[in-house]
Order: sequence, then structure tokens, then C-alpha cells
Amino acid sequence: MAEGARHAKGSTGVGTETLYDISLTVNGVVREARVPARRLLSDCLRHDLGLTGTHVGCEHGVCGCCTVLLDGEPVRSCLMFAVSVDGHEITTIEGLAAPDGTLSPVQRAFAESHALQCGFCTPGFLCTVTALLRENPSPSDEEILEGISGNLCRCTGYQNIIKAVHRAAEIAAEENRAGVPAGSHRAVTEES
Amino acid sequence: MTTSLFGERVQRLEDPRLITGNGRYLDDLGRDALAVAFVRSPHAHARIRDINVDRALDVPGLVAVYTWEDLPERVGEPLPLLIPHPALTHGRTARPLAKDVVRHVGEPVVMVVAKDRYAAEDACDLIEVDYEPLPAVVGIEEAVRGEHLVHPDVPGNVGAHLVQEVPSADGRSAAEMIEAAPHRLEFRLDIERSASMPLEGRGVYARWDPDDGSLRVYSSTQTSTSVRMAIAAKLGLPLPKVEVIAPDVGGGFGVKIMHPWPEEVLVPWAARALGQEIKWTEDRREHFISSAHERGQVQHVRVGFDDDGRILGLDVTFLHDHGAYTPYGIIVPIITSTQLLGPYKPGAYRVEFSSVYTNTVIVTPYRGAGRPQGVFCMERTMDRIAAYLGKDRTEVRAANFIQPDEFPYDHRMTFQDGRPLIYDSGNYPEALRMLKELIGWDEFEKERERAAAEGRRLGIGIGCYVEGTGVGPYEGGHVQITSDGRVHVSTGLTSQGQGHQTAFAQIAATELGVPIERVSVVTGDTRRFGYAVGTFASRAAVMSGNAIALACRKVRDKALRIAAEALEADPADLTITDGIVHVKGNPSASIPLATVAVLSNPLRYAFDEEAQRATQFATAASDDKPPVAEGEEPGLEGRDYYSPVRSTFAYGMHAAIVETDPETAEIKVLRYAVVHDCGRLINPMIVDGQVHGGVAQGIGGALYERMVYDEHGQLLNASFMDFLMPYATEVPRIETAHLETPSPLNPLGIKGAGEAGVIPVSAVIASAIEDAEGIPIMRMPISPSELFHLRRTATERVG
Repeated sequence: MAEGARHAKGSTGVGTETLYDISLTVNGVVREARVPARRLLSDCLRHDLGLTGTHVGCEHGVCGCCTVLLDGEPVRSCLMFAVSVDGHEITTIEGLAAPDGTLSPVQRAFAESHALQCGFCTPGFLCTVTALLRENPSPSDEEILEGISGNLCRCTGYQNIIKAVHRAAEIAAEENRAGVPAGSHRAVTEES
Repeated sequence: MTTSLFGERVQRLEDPRLITGNGRYLDDLGRDALAVAFVRSPHAHARIRDINVDRALDVPGLVAVYTWEDLPERVGEPLPLLIPHPALTHGRTARPLAKDVVRHVGEPVVMVVAKDRYAAEDACDLIEVDYEPLPAVVGIEEAVRGEHLVHPDVPGNVGAHLVQEVPSADGRSAAEMIEAAPHRLEFRLDIERSASMPLEGRGVYARWDPDDGSLRVYSSTQTSTSVRMAIAAKLGLPLPKVEVIAPDVGGGFGVKIMHPWPEEVLVPWAARALGQEIKWTEDRREHFISSAHERGQVQHVRVGFDDDGRILGLDVTFLHDHGAYTPYGIIVPIITSTQLLGPYKPGAYRVEFSSVYTNTVIVTPYRGAGRPQGVFCMERTMDRIAAYLGKDRTEVRAANFIQPDEFPYDHRMTFQDGRPLIYDSGNYPEALRMLKELIGWDEFEKERERAAAEGRRLGIGIGCYVEGTGVGPYEGGHVQITSDGRVHVSTGLTSQGQGHQTAFAQIAATELGVPIERVSVVTGDTRRFGYAVGTFASRAAVMSGNAIALACRKVRDKALRIAAEALEADPADLTITDGIVHVKGNPSASIPLATVAVLSNPLRYAFDEEAQRATQFATAASDDKPPVAEGEEPGLEGRDYYSPVRSTFAYGMHAAIVETDPETAEIKVLRYAVVHDCGRLINPMIVDGQVHGGVAQGIGGALYERMVYDEHGQLLNASFMDFLMPYATEVPRIETAHLETPSPLNPLGIKGAGEAGVIPVSAVIASAIEDAEGIPIMRMPISPSELFHLRRTATERVG
């Protein structure tokens, strides 16, 4: 059928990779996977665990699309091996909303402010900004610029993303005043 | 209550899935599919002596390896030349896999299929290709010297040569007008290459259904309908057995309108050959060296003008670098040569271009598609004239404007769609007035002096453009109201982040009088709509927007006819509000659209309670008429097409204030102002977003982005570490204002907006830097070190 193509010889065992069992807590759920040592965390999340919300834009740690939260801190998942995060906690875009589906202030602010167009870089921005606001609940323009300066967006020109970060801070502050417990939208609180 | 949603800042219907990780981009599909990787040429120009794949065959997980020799005849043939043109006398296209010769670094040579991408790349590493390097042609000027040839049968490396000449009203040529003019200038301009660079690369995923003998292909494309036809033709499949779907697409900006890419033919072919699901996802390096670039041109300008700066004669000769092949024809240089005219009316105009081959990645439209180069040329010319005459730059522009009472304005040229270049509407003097007010043009000198007193150096710049948008030939829309009251809209063109689902839903909701929550829109899925052209040239809103409006009007008329019968009223007395058809002024005489949908489809079988109304013993239909009246069809649905006689012409004017560091030559954009007119706005929030994104790409093209090829044709900066796209820290805040001059050419009065933001930015920034520095800026992009060098040269010249 394949027009004289060369096909695999069917030999096994030639350079077969050692597989490692790892266990991660992803969005509050313990997930297990068997991966070779070179499996990138981004590929593990996307292809082994089926969490395709984390995107890969450059595979060399520049664009920030693949940013996830590792024990609450933003990291480039394309620069990490899955085996090296064994036993750790990961939050991806799929884990930013509350368990009942209520969107986090950052998610709502991005939609309200038209801070996304094609949406490909958005998961990275949402994770980055979630961590940024946790550390600094009311950042200045300068602090926002600094905070998102590791993420590329080719669609929006960033203006509405900056607006969205301010808006997210505002929503979070309003909800704090209204007595919604801080961090109630964060998946990391689901773990207990 | 129904308010008109047209023109409102409606939040996007796309966003809920995209902000929760529920978007579905190409690589999110086909989790179990086999993966493809390619061995690509490491040489810019070489003969392939031998390919040895033996070592790769031992790689665990390998499924198949294909070279050109393995491809059936039709698949291995050169890919189509999409847009032939009589001036493209030496068009050449690549084969999906190289045969004998490679002509740019990145050209695919071997395709590997394996259980996953890791295994496929392992196998690629073990494939040995023996190349005999040939001399590489790099750079426009080396190409025209013709010392070495990219294609042996293309003399002088010239693929196309085109001249368009528009004499003056009294029949004199541009050359005569220039000679006779009181003042003349002559100079050269250069623009370097950049690229669309969407954050999602290209990708193809194909599923062959052996039982059905059909193929489903997902591609990250800007034209699913045309990819479908190309695949059917290449694979010899009946068209109805091929479906192509553009899923969520992570940005396009032009590069994904090129098609069929080699992978769009090879992946579906291999899926059928192997009987397995196969997917290829481009990585970033592949995108740099195998997906299209744009922009690179060298321009020679001769201009004659009067004491007011009015252009009497303009002669532009430019060289356009189209890379190694010409699959997309010569659309880019044609657009440069025509859209160069902008909002102006030179006395006589002559433009000549040669489009040349080089051993580099192909050049196809990138947002703006030749306009940024044309506008750079014209706007630099305006600034040169102003400097020569010692006049304000805005005065010279105003002296050359087409006036509001001169529309429709015929440039007497042929545009990129093969139709006459006739502008439909506009008000350029008003736009200039608004821009000067927005940026504070007349007050700038004071600001400059204040800054100078602090040792700071400021400059102000301006750029104007006209953009032919909404080119034909057509788009269509289909609208169906189902018995649950939902409205299903589909159109064939694709989406890459423009918010079509929202904008088109706004149009449908407004036309039909239904809540927007009930409207859903599908784009780029040939299962839903098979006839389309694609998303490019700022055409989606104009083309599909109007087609959907026309389809809605058909459906609305039908709904009113059916409702009139049920309510025993005259259709002319009915209107639709909030999804309910009622007698105007009497909301109680009403029938929901959902019920009208039920009645529109005479039934024998009541599949649910609501359907009972339409069954044969329930209706009071007349006995002597057929249940489906003559000329009618069952169902509350309609389809219509919009095919314009010619393009609409949006336009805009931008201004910027820049600061250049007297010591380091660092360039900072302090303010950026945009006045834009794309006719009636469907959703101002989305239009502003398009403008912001375009300007950001323009800033990239003006100050940071370039494709750095060495003399061997190696792309030295093929990664995001070295190709500098703007981060948030590089993009200024953009101030926008809109004019709304409706287009008389289409029912909604709209013009396109997608590309507008990017078009004049290089011209604007060059204008501002030149103003700050007093040194002519004749090439873009410009880096601090280049500015530093220009200063040094200028000082030496004076010294």
C-alpha cells in the first residue's frame, strides 16, 4: 500500500528507553504516569495526562505559553522533565476555576477586558498572572509589565492584558471585601 | 426586549472555552495518532546524491520512512501555483518532498512516521542524506546579479516582471511629469524580512476511515475549503469523501493562508497509505525555516513635485524577494505596487517591479501583505518632499489627499483581485485633523523644546495608508433555526482569533431579532459549509458578515411568511423581538420562532411534544395545496452568498512620538496614536483589539524583527532567543479613535480591519526617528546600533 516505503524492521529492544513511574498532583488530583527520563513536563501534561490546555509555542523556554504553576510558582513546563517533578503539585489552566466551574478573577478579567484573541498564549498568561497577583494583589503598571514580560502574545499588543491584570486585582479585592475567602478559586486548595 | 447588537462591545463567545483550557488546537487532537517528523535540508542549495535510511529502521516505535521516490506520481508532483498571473513568466513550486535538488534550508527531504514525536525525531537523526552543496543565492541584489541561479531554467533569477503606468489627466507619462516638475528627488529605500510568527505553528492531523473510504483532515489553516479541494485532487479522492476542519487556530497572520503546504498533502496521504491516524505538529525551528516569511524589498523612487509638495509624477522601481518558490504567485508585490498610492493622487504614476528567486524560505502574505512596504515608500517620499520644501509633513500630505467629494476614486490601475483599483469611500482630511488632535501635532514643538532642555531628544512621525479589504470572489453563510429556538450559523472561512463567532453572532442576532445567547457560529468546517475562499486580506467581516446577514434576511422573510399564516396576519405587519414573532404594536398576537421552526417542517412523525404541532392531523393546511408550498423548502433555514463587484477600501493614519537616547541610541516609543476608518463597526472592542495587535506587530517589524541570513543561506536567528518579537515591555500604549464612513458597496456598510494596525508602523517610526535625529532613515527595521552607526556616518560627513 505504502508505495515502496521503508517500514520498521520490527526489531525490539534496540535502544529501548527505561520508563519511570511518576506521581504528580495535578489540579488537586493525584495523577500517575510512566514516562522516559527525557519526557518533557509539557508533553507529559498534554499527551500522557490529556491536559491539553497547556500549550507549547517554542520548546525553548522563551514564549511562556507552557507556563504552569509548580508548587504555586510559575515555571516553563517545556524546560522541565516530567520525572523531575515527581511528587510535586502542578496547577494548569484546567485547574484555575473553582471545582463548581466558577471562573477565577483572572479568568473573568481576561474575558471582560478582551485580553485574548487566538487564545494560544492565554493559558501561560493566566497562570503567570495568577501567581503574580497572589504575590502582589494590587500591582502598579510597572509591576504588571515586569510580571508578564516573560510571556509572548502575538495577537493583542498586550494593552488589554495589562488592563485585565488590573481588573483581576479589582475583582479579587471586591470579593475579599464581600467575604469570599481569598484563594477560593484556586485549585491548590482542593487538595486537602 | 431586543436591542441591536450590531456595534456593541459584546464580550466574546469564544472566551469561555479558551480561558478554561477547553480550546481545541491542532495538537490537542488525535492523542493516539502516529507522529510525523521531517528530515529537512541543512543546505540552502544542494544536490541530493543519496539518502540512506537504514539506521533509522531500527528505532523502536518507527512505522515508516518516505522519500520522494516513495510517493505516487500525483503526490510527488510540484505543488500547485495558487495564483497564476501573466507577469509571472517563471513560476516555480516545490514538491512535497525534495527530488534531486533542495533550494532552501528547511525544505523537507524525508518524512518519518513513528509512534510518537520523540521516536520520529530519533529516526530523523539516523537518516543520512549525502548532499553536494551548490552556490547559494542570498539577498535581493545578489539575486538580480544572476551570477548563480536558484532554478537553472530561470534566467537572472527573475520570476516575474510587471509594469503599471498611469499617465496624467492630460496624457503625460510619469517620466515626463517628473522632468517637467519644479522639484525632483531620487532615493533608495530598504525593508528587511520578517514573518507572521503565530504562537501556534502549523499542523495537520488526518484520519482515514477505511470502511467509509473517507478522509477527515484537521489543519491549522486559514482556508479549510481550498485545502480540502487540494487534498482531494492530489489523492484522487471524490470531494465528498474528504472533509477538512480548521479547529481553534493559534494565530495565522497570513502564513496559514498559504496552502497546500507539503505536510497538508503528505500527512493525509500517509494516513490513507498506513490506514492509521497521523499527526504532524510543527515545532518552532521548523516554523522559522519552512514556513513563509515576508516584507523584504529594495525600492528606487523618483518623484517630481510642485512648491506645495503636490506630487506631479512618481516613478517607483522595486525588487521583491519571493524566496525559493512562488506558490502564492506575486500577490505581495502587486499589493505593494498598487497600495503604495495610499490616500493620495499623484499626477502620473509608474511602477515597475521584479520579483526574484533566492535560496531562502518562500515569501507569501504576512499581515499587511506588501502594504507596509508600499506605505513605507510613499510616506518616506512625503517626508522627503516636506523636508526639501521646509514644510510641515502633514501639509504636504493634505495637499495630495483625494478629497471626500472625489469618491468613488478611480486610480486607473488593476488591483490584487484583478479588478479596477477604485476607492469606495473615505474622508482623509477629517482623519488627519483627528490624528493631529489626538497626538497633539501642533503642540509638539513645545514638548520637544521642553525635553531638549532636559537633554532628551524627541521626534514625532506620521504615516497614512489605504487598505483594500474584503476582496472577493465571495463568501457564503448558512442560517438554520431549529425547533428548540436555537440559531445555527455557519460560514466556510476560518478563524484565527478574530472573534468571528462573536461578530457573526452579533450580526445574526440583530438581523433575526433573537438573543445572542441562542446563536452559535461555526467557521472553517467543510462539513457545515463547503464553499468559501478563506480568511485573509481583512475580508472575513466584509465577506462572511454580509453573506450571513443576507442569509438571515432570507430566513427572517420565511419566518414571517409562516408566522403570518399562523397568526392570520400580513407578513408586513410582523416583526421579531427577542426570538418571538409578533404583530407590530401588539405583542400578544405572537408566536415564538421555535414554533415557527416546527411549522416550517411538515411532519408525519412526532419525535417530541413540540413536533406534534407539525404532524399531518394537527395542522389546518388546505387540502388542495401541497404541505411544502411551491418554491419553498422544509425547515427554517437559508443560505446566501455575498460576492462584491470590487474591494472596499479602509484607511487610517498613525502618529508616534519617540525618544532616542543621545548616548546609547536606544529608541523608545513614548506615544502611539491611531485614527482608523473601517466603515461601520460590528464590535468596537474587537476592532480595537485588532488595531492594538497590528500595531504591536508593526513595532516588531520597525525596531526588532528581521530574518538574518548569512551568505550561505543559513538563517542565523531561527529561534525566539534571537528573533526578537515584542514583549509587553516593548509595546507602547495605543490611543485609538474611529471614523465610520460606511462602504456603499455592501449591505452592512462595513470594511475590513484585520491588517490595519500593522501597515504604516515602519513608516511612522522612521518618520519619528528622522524627526528626532535629523538623519534620513532610509531602511527598516532600525536597531540602536544601526542608529548609532548612522549618527557616526552623518557626523563624519559633516566633519
